[in-house]
Amino acid sequence: MTHSDPVVVDFPTRKPGVPFPPPDYDGYRDHQGLVLSRLPNGARAWLVTRHEDVRAVLTDSRISSNPSHKGFPNVGTVGVPTQEQIPGWFVGLDSPEHDRFRKALIPEFTVRRIRGLRPAIERTVEERLDAMLAAGNSADLVADYALPVPSLVISTLLGVPPSDRDFFESRTRTLVSLRASTDAQRETAVKELLRYIKRLVGIKAKWPGDDLISRLLAAGSIAPHELSGVLMLLLIAGHETTANNIALGVVTLLRNPQWIGDDRAVEETLRFHSVADIVSLRVAVEDVEIGGQLIKAGDGIVPLIAAANHDTSAFECPHMFDPSRSARHHVAFGYGIHQCLGQNLVRVEMEIAYRKLFERIPDIRLAVPDEGLSIKYDGVLYGLEQLPVRW
Amino acid sequence: MRITIDSERCVGAGQCVLSAPQVFDQDEDGIVTLLAAPGPDEAAKVRIATALCPSGAITAHEG
Ligand code: HEM
Repeated sequence: MTHSDPVVVDFPTRKPGVPFPPPDYDGYRDHQGLVLSRLPNGARAWLVTRHEDVRAVLTDSRISSNPSHKGFPNVGTVGVPTQEQIPGWFVGLDSPEHDRFRKALIPEFTVRRIRGLRPAIERTVEERLDAMLAAGNSADLVADYALPVPSLVISTLLGVPPSDRDFFESRTRTLVSLRASTDAQRETAVKELLRYIKRLVGIKAKWPGDDLISRLLAAGSIAPHELSGVLMLLLIAGHETTANNIALGVVTLLRNPQWIGDDRAVEETLRFHSVADIVSLRVAVEDVEIGGQLIKAGDGIVPLIAAANHDTSAFECPHMFDPSRSARHHVAFGYGIHQCLGQNLVRVEMEIAYRKLFERIPDIRLAVPDEGLSIKYDGVLYGLEQLPVRW
Repeated sequence: MRITIDSERCVGAGQCVLSAPQVFDQDEDGIVTLLAAPGPDEAAKVRIATALCPSGAITAHEG
């Protein structure tokens, strides 16, 4: 890659002692908009920070989501999965290949369908709260609430039998615990989950039920060997993202108790924390101009969702947590054809998770000083490692 | 106000249903359908739906 622009910043900038979103983002956005960065593996990629530019990147057909293109950015410690590794991983496909998978799945995630899942989600949340209350007067809200709730909800959605939900939950937990598990343990967990999912697909093929897997098998537009990749994607895309929003949202509500019980806190939490800051990775497959900057074919692009969601030209006083604003044009779920498939599920899950928690444990409070909260600096997603609370 | 929808582009995010539930719905495939022409009260909500739609599947023609 050759560029005349001499300014190259190191990325990611998330590190201990630096608040999130990092103040650097404001600088990039207010000065250049697009900034050339050096990624951990030494490769270069464009950081895109303005709300308008992020939306432009995510809707441009000359820009690809496919990690097998040369120049695709790798921002994490864990390698980005490619189609070759997991067939059915459609978030990494472009139109029209992507659309077959998306179209097959949207009936499962419509506003109406998700509304129907409310009672099941409420039950799951109540059960977790019962267990927490029975265990004493303190908890780690990440391990005991924020992580299990979305995992149990996804297992319900997929039709995982109740007897297997503990297995499912423990393996998904290993997958997201960067400090409590080793690379080898995470690799094993992925293999075990894939093997389990394949077996589950086999069972549903023989004995169909009223669940997502059975319906996808009956519809037939996704081949069985692709189906396990699709299900893995649902699992991974929907677990830690939701968990981090639940935990961070609780902290923010405890700091701003006037908003407890107001459902508008859900949308504002999604915007304010932007946990999926560096998830919508892209690569240009043709030369394209974004925000006045020429991006060459083969250049990696990292739209910074947290920077766009804190852009003063899209949100007034963006660094304030204010659920009374209309925040729905945030890009916490991305934008364009890959915009989060699970977003309506997330909204319902977060709403129920906050409401029930503060109803059942009205005197809940942090068990560590604010500065003592352990932030995940090393993962792709922004979130908390632990959240000690008591009541 | 007149609305045209491009169901081929729709990705079923549901933003329109959340914004203007009197005007938009998702059919059994999850794709946007028009329930009714927007009344004067709904015009503002339709504009929000149009702006939020991630795939540009909805166009509102003013007037
Ligand atoms: C608060 C929680 C969540 C956040 C912040 C979030 C964020 C995102 C983002 C930013 C994207 C776009 C990726 C891209 O542009 O490349 C995305 C896509 C996706 N999300 Fe979510 N997500 C969340 C929860 C979920 C849940 C619960 C599910 C499903 C059970 C899910 C399933 C998906 C899928 C399947 C895609 C790919 C869609 C496509 O490529 O068409 N997500 N999500």
